Amino acid sequence: MGAKTLNINIKDEQQRAMDAIKAQGLRVLVCNGTGCIANGSNDVIARFKELGADVSVLTQKDKMTIVPTGCHGFCEQGVLVIIPDLDITYVKVKPADVDEIVDSHIKNGKPVERLLYTSPKTGEHIHKNEDIEFYARQTRTSLANCGKINAECIDEAIAMHAYEALAKVLEQNDPDAVIEEIEKSGLRGRGGGGFPTGRKWRFTANNRGGKSYVVCNGDEGDPGAFMDRSVMEGDPHKLLEGMAIAGFAIGSDEAYIYVRAEYPLAIKRLKIAIEQAESRGYLGKNIMGSDFSFEIHIKEGAGAFVCGEETALIASIEGERGMPRPKPPFPANKGLFGRPTLINNVETLANVPVIIRKGAEWFNAFGTETSKGTKTFALTGEVNNTGLIEVPMGTTLREIVFDIGGGIRNGKKFKAVQIGGPSGGCLTEEHLDLPMDYDNLIKAGAMVGSGGLVVMNEDTCIVEVARFFMHFTQSESCGKCVPCREGTKNMLKILEKIVRGQGEMKDLDTLEELALAVKEGSLCGLGKTAPNPVLSTLKYFRDEYIAHIKEKRCPAGVCTALKTIRIEETECKGCTKCARTCPVGAISGTVKNPHKIDQSKCIKCGACLEACPFKAIKQS
Amino acid sequence: MANTLFINGKECEYTDEPNLLEVIRKNGFNVPTFCYRPDLTQFGACRMCVVEIEGRGIQSSCTMPPEPGLKIHTNTEKTRRIRKIVLELLLANHDRECTTCEKSGKCELQKYAEEYGIKDIRFAQKKDSEYLPIDDSNPSLVRDPNKCILCGACVRACSEFQGHSVLGFANRGSKTVVQPMAGRHMSSVDCVFCGQCQAVCPTGALTIKSDVDAVWSLVTNPQVRTVVQMAPSVRVALGEEFNLKPGENVIGKLNAALRKIGFDLIFDTNFSADLTIMEEASEFIERLSKGENLPLFTSCCPAWVRYMETQHPELLNHLSTCKSPQGMLSSVLKELVPKYFDGYTKENTYVISIMPCTAKKVEARRAQLVKDGRSETDYVLTTQEIAKMIKSAGLNLAELEPEPNDSPFGLYSGAGTIFGASGGVAEAAVRTAYEFVTGETLENLDFKPLRGVDAASRTKDAVVDIKGNKVKVRVVSTLKEAEKSIKQLQEGAADFHILEVMACPGGCINGGGQPRSCDNSKIKEERAAGLYKEDAQLPYRKSHDNPDIKKLYAEFLEKPNSHKAHELLHTHYKNLFANSYKDLK
Repeated sequence: MGAKTLNINIKDEQQRAMDAIKAQGLRVLVCNGTGCIANGSNDVIARFKELGADVSVLTQKDKMTIVPTGCHGFCEQGVLVIIPDLDITYVKVKPADVDEIVDSHIKNGKPVERLLYTSPKTGEHIHKNEDIEFYARQTRTSLANCGKINAECIDEAIAMHAYEALAKVLEQNDPDAVIEEIEKSGLRGRGGGGFPTGRKWRFTANNRGGKSYVVCNGDEGDPGAFMDRSVMEGDPHKLLEGMAIAGFAIGSDEAYIYVRAEYPLAIKRLKIAIEQAESRGYLGKNIMGSDFSFEIHIKEGAGAFVCGEETALIASIEGERGMPRPKPPFPANKGLFGRPTLINNVETLANVPVIIRKGAEWFNAFGTETSKGTKTFALTGEVNNTGLIEVPMGTTLREIVFDIGGGIRNGKKFKAVQIGGPSGGCLTEEHLDLPMDYDNLIKAGAMVGSGGLVVMNEDTCIVEVARFFMHFTQSESCGKCVPCREGTKNMLKILEKIVRGQGEMKDLDTLEELALAVKEGSLCGLGKTAPNPVLSTLKYFRDEYIAHIKEKRCPAGVCTALKTIRIEETECKGCTKCARTCPVGAISGTVKNPHKIDQSKCIKCGACLEACPFKAIKQS
Repeated sequence: MANTLFINGKECEYTDEPNLLEVIRKNGFNVPTFCYRPDLTQFGACRMCVVEIEGRGIQSSCTMPPEPGLKIHTNTEKTRRIRKIVLELLLANHDRECTTCEKSGKCELQKYAEEYGIKDIRFAQKKDSEYLPIDDSNPSLVRDPNKCILCGACVRACSEFQGHSVLGFANRGSKTVVQPMAGRHMSSVDCVFCGQCQAVCPTGALTIKSDVDAVWSLVTNPQVRTVVQMAPSVRVALGEEFNLKPGENVIGKLNAALRKIGFDLIFDTNFSADLTIMEEASEFIERLSKGENLPLFTSCCPAWVRYMETQHPELLNHLSTCKSPQGMLSSVLKELVPKYFDGYTKENTYVISIMPCTAKKVEARRAQLVKDGRSETDYVLTTQEIAKMIKSAGLNLAELEPEPNDSPFGLYSGAGTIFGASGGVAEAAVRTAYEFVTGETLENLDFKPLRGVDAASRTKDAVVDIKGNKVKVRVVSTLKEAEKSIKQLQEGAADFHILEVMACPGGCINGGGQPRSCDNSKIKEERAAGLYKEDAQLPYRKSHDNPDIKKLYAEFLEKPNSHKAHELLHTHYKNLFANSYKDLK
């Protein structure tokens, strides 16, 4: 114990890194995350590099540097090009637009208006990143550097304070003080359960002395969630630093990052980051000249949702089938290879460096009484702005949906949000002003989960939503315990029966009883939370279930089996177009006489609806 | 040190129980289980043993370690509701043809469904198209995936006892199944047919392939002469099927039952266990004097022999060339019964053996043990099957007056009887080898270090001083343990001259064909105690003292390892590595 002198002065390193960035001249940040790459970001970058430009006239800089960055979160607007020195954000940039950006704006100071973000509310073009409503209400900590730095260059991370917190804890050389700081910060697990992180560290640290492991859970499996991927792709050093600090705190010298193999870019950038950090002395043997050594391995998962459950993940690293194990024993006592193991998810660990650097008080100033700091959400569905956001805990659903999300698309009416992924629940209008934190969401029948947030409008059938999530969880159940394996399957069967219009009222009781048994009786978190979508929709939208069962009617008009398509006799001119369009020959009639649909043949595909020039075909 | 906790309001003591379930059962309460087996690792999958713990909610008691002061409730509205739903869900996905199921009456799913009064199954029954094919590709075990409840006991038994993982989980979610690699048949993977998977299976998903009908048609056929033998461990376990205590020796009652059923001649595999010792001890002495093919591996256990043939053919020279006691007696009976008894011919004499073992059914079909186109052992019945025969003959074994068996292949020594427990073969061999080598009488016949059938005794070592010659004996049960000794041998670190291997944990008393005992670890210890008790009481305790054995050598075999003995009592092995799925890599 006692303070240590390190052989690296992190402040000097930062200065050097910042000088290097300054020397880059005009920095053009081009989003190069998975989403934007799919949108052609590599070609945009290539075109910028081809063109080059004399930027001295406008910016007094001697050169321009194209910086491929991680994800900005606003993927639907990708490819994003941000030029901080010109205070400008371009959206939906195609390779063909690059010439115009360079010629018009960079060389001649005239922004390209058509490539600016247009506010769906005001219709105005917005220049500055921070003025875009999607970004304006966010507070980014774990995502702070995503989209601002080149993730494959360690100096860019160091310029943004990477490894400063690690240097601080190694200098102070007091592992217990680190745990205390994390405890004081109030940080809770960002992967689903919301367990207090400091307490988890303390439990693992109680077993100091022998071999122990740090495991980072990067098996992000919730459909639509990509916050962990964004950190790994956009700011990998933040994660590595968080892991190293955790390792120092609990007395571990070896770690695994478990990443799904479907994240090849994250894996590539993590590998580069680990290599660079090791070569600079921020990882590996005797980090920064201290007694602390820390080695990080990457383990690629094979894509089972259940491997996000910590004991299943551990089994998978060990080479076993990814099936959860009963707890106790908890991983803190007996985890990977039977050794004490600290397992945290990516976002949790990415919050650690800033807590150490700025202090627990800084961190816990954000959030609510029981949930501190900020949380990322993957905002999707029927809102104007979709993407990855980070807001303080306690932000209301209204702020997220109507301010950041810019309201419901096409002027439709808000109906519900599914929050917390397939294990979460549905919340309704009455929850719009509920401050979102761990405990409030649990009380309302949902959960923070990994932060999936699907916004639904009036055209969404809630029973179909429940069926969709049940289908997901039942096929991703590991098959080990009976309630989850057989229970989710039978819940799905009942829901399928209801959306087919064959439900009976007693099915609702069976469904509810089964859902409770699955929730209470399952072995792991997957099963315990799988009934949430059903239970919450039964609670808030029971009348919609009843409409499907009693009236054989889908109020949102979504469930195919409950649709009826018929031809209004008085409006049909007998043009025969519908009969020719129908793929199953369900429509009959003679020229110039009203046609008829044989309901026993109709598959409700709606082709006739679109084909009818007289709008004589109606759906109910 | 004893701590206390509360079960249903009653203060209960506990000491070193590994989980709440054991504490609950020790204190006179109970909760149902499917996946919990005390000799296997806890799995926590079936959720039948859930209890409500004040302040901790619903927990599976099989995975929860006891803590002082816990307040546990075993039968609350919630726990009963969860159990009922679990049963209902399992039944919806189950082939419910109970009456024709091999496990009917012994099935745990059937039992709990009855106890919990499951009458109405509200969930959609499995469709015909969802039924999977039944695997009855081998003479020993039948696997019916449509009756599998995925408790994983078989998967754990295979991997934790045999280190072999023939069975494993495949697929995900409701499509999860237990199956051999790539959905193959059990006969086309390296299964050794020990039957431990079947012994821990709570339902009819894994059952013994029954030869009961075939044997009934023999005993009821007046043209046929049936000759029967039974293994040592059968006598101390069969009684359990008739509410007698584990370990109670029912050999006399079994003889009586077999006669009443209609078997013509009743002999005893214990006799050929003595014969095995005569041959194997002599073989060992010869190998020791020549320094060849040491260590000697015993060859009584067919699962072990098959394991060697499929996994380690390069070490087959270590296996004793002795047939198993079943094989030896069948050969002797086929050869000599027609000579000793009127009306018996090679053609009309059928040998049936009663074994604690499912692998013996496969052994009986070995090409090396077929003579003149017929297996020398015509049929093998397990202890479970003979119990069914006795019951279907309308007999209650417990009430029968004991009867002696027939001569001259029925008399046995204590050395023969202890074959049934792990360590018994080695102990019996040492008793004889000592006297063969030294020519002196061995005074202390009890080799305690070689005894013990609990989980802690799966590898036992002893050194026997035979006139200054220190013979090192290693006894293992389970193939997982055997593999460790093989590894030592391969690394040149084997420090033993004899390796006795029994594939089932604790030896034949815990064989795959024995009455079900998988929910009680102590039963195998009680059965073993029954064998050692008989050993201590018999007039002869060394195989070479058995007068009928002496007579057999004098009249027919000449001497151990003679040409005649080799012809009748020894066998050879085959490299089956090519059949192994290793080559698929």
